[in-house]
Amino acid sequence: MADKLKFTIDGVEVQAEHGQTILDAADAAGIYIPRLCAHPDLKPIGSCRICTVVVNGRPQAACVQPAAEGMVVENDTPEMLEHRRNLIDMMFVEGNHFCMFCEKSGNCELQAMAYRFGITAPQYPSQFPDKDVDASHPDVMMDYNRCILCTRCVRASQELDGKNVFQSIGRGFGRKIGVNGRQALGDTDLNVDDRAADPTICPVGCIIKKRVGFEVPIGERKFDHEPIGSEIEKG
Amino acid sequence: MLKEAKIKKICKRFGNDRTRMMDIVREIQQEFGYVPPKYYDLIAREANTHRVEVQSVVSFYTFLSDRKKGKIIIRLCEDIIDKMAGADEVAAAFERELGIAFGETTDDGKFSLEWTACIGMSDQAPAALANDTVLTNLTPEKVPEIIQALKKKADPQVLVTECGDGNNADQLIQTMVQNNICERGEVLLGDYDLEAGLRKAIEKTPEEVIEDVKNSGLRGRGGAGFLVGLKWEFTRNAPGEDKYILCNADEGEPGTFKDRVLLTERPDLVFEGMTVAAFAIGAQTGIVYLRAEYAYLRAFLEDVLNRRRAAGLLGNNICGKDGFNFDIRIQMGAGAYICGEESSLISSCEGMRGDPSDRPPFPAIAGYRVAPTAVNNVESYCCATRVMDKGADWFSGIGTEKSAGTKLLSVCGDCERPGIYELPFGVTVNELLKKVGAEDAAAMQVGGPSGQMINPSQFDRAISFEDLPTGGSIMVFNKQRDLLEVVEAFMEFFAEEDCGYCVPCRVGNVLLLNRLKQIRNGKGVTEDMDYLEKLGKATKRMSRCGLGQTSPNPILSTLENFRPIYTEVVRDNTSGLQKSFDVLEAMEQANEVTGRQSVLFHA
Amino acid sequence: MSKPKVATTSLAGCFGCHMSLLDIDDRILQLIDLVDFDKSPIDDIKTFTDRCAIGLIEGGCCNEENVHVLQEFRKHCDVLISFGDCATMGGIPAMRNNIPLAECFDEAYRTGVTVYNPDGIVPNDPDLPLLLDKVYPAHEVVKIDYFLPGCPPSADTLWAALTALLTGQPVELPYELLKYD
Repeated sequence: MADKLKFTIDGVEVQAEHGQTILDAADAAGIYIPRLCAHPDLKPIGSCRICTVVVNGRPQAACVQPAAEGMVVENDTPEMLEHRRNLIDMMFVEGNHFCMFCEKSGNCELQAMAYRFGITAPQYPSQFPDKDVDASHPDVMMDYNRCILCTRCVRASQELDGKNVFQSIGRGFGRKIGVNGRQALGDTDLNVDDRAADPTICPVGCIIKKRVGFEVPIGERKFDHEPIGSEIEKG
Repeated sequence: MLKEAKIKKICKRFGNDRTRMMDIVREIQQEFGYVPPKYYDLIAREANTHRVEVQSVVSFYTFLSDRKKGKIIIRLCEDIIDKMAGADEVAAAFERELGIAFGETTDDGKFSLEWTACIGMSDQAPAALANDTVLTNLTPEKVPEIIQALKKKADPQVLVTECGDGNNADQLIQTMVQNNICERGEVLLGDYDLEAGLRKAIEKTPEEVIEDVKNSGLRGRGGAGFLVGLKWEFTRNAPGEDKYILCNADEGEPGTFKDRVLLTERPDLVFEGMTVAAFAIGAQTGIVYLRAEYAYLRAFLEDVLNRRRAAGLLGNNICGKDGFNFDIRIQMGAGAYICGEESSLISSCEGMRGDPSDRPPFPAIAGYRVAPTAVNNVESYCCATRVMDKGADWFSGIGTEKSAGTKLLSVCGDCERPGIYELPFGVTVNELLKKVGAEDAAAMQVGGPSGQMINPSQFDRAISFEDLPTGGSIMVFNKQRDLLEVVEAFMEFFAEEDCGYCVPCRVGNVLLLNRLKQIRNGKGVTEDMDYLEKLGKATKRMSRCGLGQTSPNPILSTLENFRPIYTEVVRDNTSGLQKSFDVLEAMEQANEVTGRQSVLFHA
Repeated sequence: MSKPKVATTSLAGCFGCHMSLLDIDDRILQLIDLVDFDKSPIDDIKTFTDRCAIGLIEGGCCNEENVHVLQEFRKHCDVLISFGDCATMGGIPAMRNNIPLAECFDEAYRTGVTVYNPDGIVPNDPDLPLLLDKVYPAHEVVKIDYFLPGCPPSADTLWAALTALLTGQPVELPYELLKYD
């Protein structure tokens, strides 16, 4: 068995360790595949589908699909770009995203993804669903209007904090993130220092720490000047 | 007994094992009429898990509830075939009789009314479940008697005054359901020698058994058509001590009811096939995942399993074969179409919500309890048994080159003889229509909502994996039917049943459905067809599992095969004003609140 | 040759987007060289005097008058631009969109914590436009050709888009000019 296996992404040869996912191999090679539910510290679950690439003719989520010798991956194609844009639009219209007063604006990965794709307005009708805000916890609040159900909080709590504060409940369009407490977040054992409450875990402004909003002025925020993924593309 | 004590007892009965959460909450639901959220903590503690995990399971399945429901829950089938047979009129009669609307419970706590997805009775529609009891061929006239009888005695079995044919009349089934077997083929519904397949199999080596199944060309009967022998080989060769045989008896595809008849009339053939698979793969445990809608078959199936244990066909040293140990348990589902997807089915068997999993790893490598697992359809196991008995050549000689054997079709809709047809693969749609008495058909839905709708110019096509694949569902529509209504019903179904895990399926189906409704409300424009096509393709391409990869099919296949049903209702719009926006409708709430009508806009 | 005409309006918005338009500062002189303003709060022309090349729409539609004005804009303008988050996505006014209208009235005029209205009278003058069931982004009511999101879109964003459009260049915003906040 060779040390490393080789495959191509849009015709560029890429090397991967055995067992490495397409996404990780692409990152290492300086090729950015857009993603939202994937996080470097968490097990991938392939739910946002933004990282979908065409592998030997079949769509696969790059974050969960292991790289294999000789596989032909299409990433930056007109078809995939269009479908990814569709998914970003879907996430915008299924929630209520008021960027103008969101603490996460400028550091939000969903917003940044839309910027990267040059989206000026969603192409689908906004659904304006009725969602809750949970301010029961003394230090952390949840605004479900912004949730994209990536379950990064679920995984962070389980994998990094050794807790089980969050879990998906319900199904279909009514699916949401449930909390492991009698009523609300305040009834759980979530601590403000938990990784699950860390602003780098929630990609959007759903889980935010109280009293620390708008810390970074406009112009200095993460995605103010460079698109999401730039750090990977720079290698 | 105190409620807490009852819950503890139930948890204990399932070994305080969180992987049996489905059984635990089902039993609690049976005991209390719902799963009370105030006991989530207790259940979690007893079963060694977290309360949110309990909530996660309860909130996923439609037959589980966190709110108290009536002692008798009447679940009327909302499938389009049932609607065509008058389900709406029956629903109105129930509402009249009980004084409640669907989704509500009577004040005395005796009755709840609910709509439910296809319950597998499309050949005797409209049909409903009263708890576990199936009510078929309902009419508005029958409803008052039904309610009266149930008010007199709160046991839905009192409604079964006459049993159906065959085993439907068995002491342990006692249902009014009819088999409606219209054509028997030589593989499944013809005569066969009980246990001949199993006995022949154990004379061979497991490898030879797999080779036979491979050579027979047997492909999975659930619809996808993967080679059964190959799946068994992968599972056998996968590393691991414990291996599992799962039987998918969760036929939820609307219009499919063929496994119901196999489970009723050929349970031994199913279990025998699972036992053959266990021998071939080296598995010790089998699970039949039985959909909640077929709970009325459970006692009967358990009895068959007991008989087989007593006869040495299950248990240790099966058929006297030293070291061949295998047993089967039945896992009840709780109302979720997605659980027919094999990885969802596995999650459900593990006591979790039925979210599908990523592949790889495939179940053959890491399935149930992360062990190598073969998941096959009820019909596939029956076929495997027959391959063992009659040989691979016999089987591959039936059907077409790429689709060996017979296919069990469940036919419903606008035809004279709805029911079960066992026909060799390769039968053309025209031949089938002749048999079922529907030569005037205007459209046929092959493979259920996730399949495709074909028009009469395509009726010379053949039912087979290479041409028109189907898991068994065949729905016939005559020219009086509004096909857009059918498409909308199918999209409603998918929007109800998608698990919500991935974005394209969770949102795409809702957006597709909304636009379709808009078109049916006369607000459609020419561009909407393009919108539907693009959105449908995006949903298909980007979705994670088979549900989202097929859910846009009702729209995409009718856009292709029945384009006029769209072009007839959409209009060109060059005005620059959006037809989807109706200012008068948007002001209805204001009219009510202010008591004024608009001066600017008039009807 | 006469200069192309531009019309602007603020529907269910806060005029912030118009303020941002004024924020182009001295470039407004260049703009005046390029265009004439027709119906607009900037010059206080109330009705269209001529066909316009560009209509700038601030705000979504929260009431019947908004709908009427927006439809007039569509009829009189060659190109319609939604500018600002309210026009493109509903914005702050759309926060009421999942609340029934009757409850909105109650909250605003009767039960809201800052409301002082001892007689409980809800304004209902016939001149008051009827509210819609929800606030609609402009493109859900009429066809919109371009979108400039932002709350408000920056003066630079507006300048870049307008000059591109008026000089026949494609309207493509550089990364730093596309913002939703």
